[in-house]
Amino acid sequence: MHAIIEIGYLIATLSFLGGLKFMSSPKRAKTGNLIAALGMVLAVILTFFAGTTETVPYTNLIIMVLAITVGTLLGKRLSDKVQMTGMPQLVSLFNATGGGCAMLLGLMEANQIKTEITHFGNQVLLIAGLTTGAIALTGSIIAERKLAGTVKDKRGRAVIFSARILLALLLLLPTLYFLGFIPLDFMAFMYILAIIAMVYGVLFVLPIGGADMPVVISLLNSITGIATAFAGFVYGNKAMIAGGIFVGAAGILLTLLMCRAMNRSLLKVLAGTFKNNKTG
Amino acid sequence: MDFITHHLQEIYFVLFCVFIGIEVIANVPAILHTPLMSGANAISGVILVGAILLMLRVPQDDYLNLTLGGIAVFLGTLNISGGFFVTGRMLKMFKPKK
Repeated sequence: MHAIIEIGYLIATLSFLGGLKFMSSPKRAKTGNLIAALGMVLAVILTFFAGTTETVPYTNLIIMVLAITVGTLLGKRLSDKVQMTGMPQLVSLFNATGGGCAMLLGLMEANQIKTEITHFGNQVLLIAGLTTGAIALTGSIIAERKLAGTVKDKRGRAVIFSARILLALLLLLPTLYFLGFIPLDFMAFMYILAIIAMVYGVLFVLPIGGADMPVVISLLNSITGIATAFAGFVYGNKAMIAGGIFVGAAGILLTLLMCRAMNRSLLKVLAGTFKNNKTG
Repeated sequence: MDFITHHLQEIYFVLFCVFIGIEVIANVPAILHTPLMSGANAISGVILVGAILLMLRVPQDDYLNLTLGGIAVFLGTLNISGGFFVTGRMLKMFKPKK
């Protein structure tokens, strides 16, 4: 049974890879999408059945089956109804859900684990997954709102300055925590980090121009991939690590390619500045 | 250092994945940027596997975690199903040139 599951995950990983490869050629893109989707279904079904053979309470199973059913139907419905022009928004919204999922996983793990017996490395991974997931969640929502035109660019000094402070905090606080300077238990600390990261996600995307949103969405997509990979390390699941890293690496390259197609540098996009028009 | 020697296999694995991920889409034409972004987004929904693994471990009477887990599974599924369906719709617009 164990071997079958491992082989299944291997096939799923290969299907993600094949899917990405096929999706980068116009003729075979549809096949690529189908292959990756099938691989994903395989991975999910395997995980479900491999875990369910043990004694799992019925409540959990019912909640999961419900969540999966509603999620699938809603995803299908949203993508069927969307206008052609609204597609980038929807992609951004779906990216937000992925980031949200990664953040929740971090919080749940923090609720459950006992700090004393948990490995230091695991805590680092949980923190990394939580913060990247939270940034992707709120950042993608703001990107979606901007494309919809309800949120305007804000390039004030205050926004940019506080974004930098928050980013520094996100790096500094975990360091201080592991050095023992912050007398909080791991759970409370994780909730605080989640809030800081979510605010940072908002401030990160706010100054960026609306026309640059596809680039930002691609970048956030790559961040979600990295969050997935962190979670994959926590569970020691190769399909998650590989899928996450593929998306992370491909997403960053895609971001750079999109920048080049628009003849802008990534740094300029992120700073929200234009060539002849300095705002800020 | 201990961490590195213990996880050498994983580190190799990640490094190879990074290069493969970059190489595999290196020659994508500009017209496919958006569908590829959407498809990659759907693939990052593999986080659902983690959500399911975690849900299988949550005790039956731990309502906070059951709620969070339910939401996590829902969000992960939405990412996957929405991602692949919307990519499919985008690609439908590309008619093969004859």
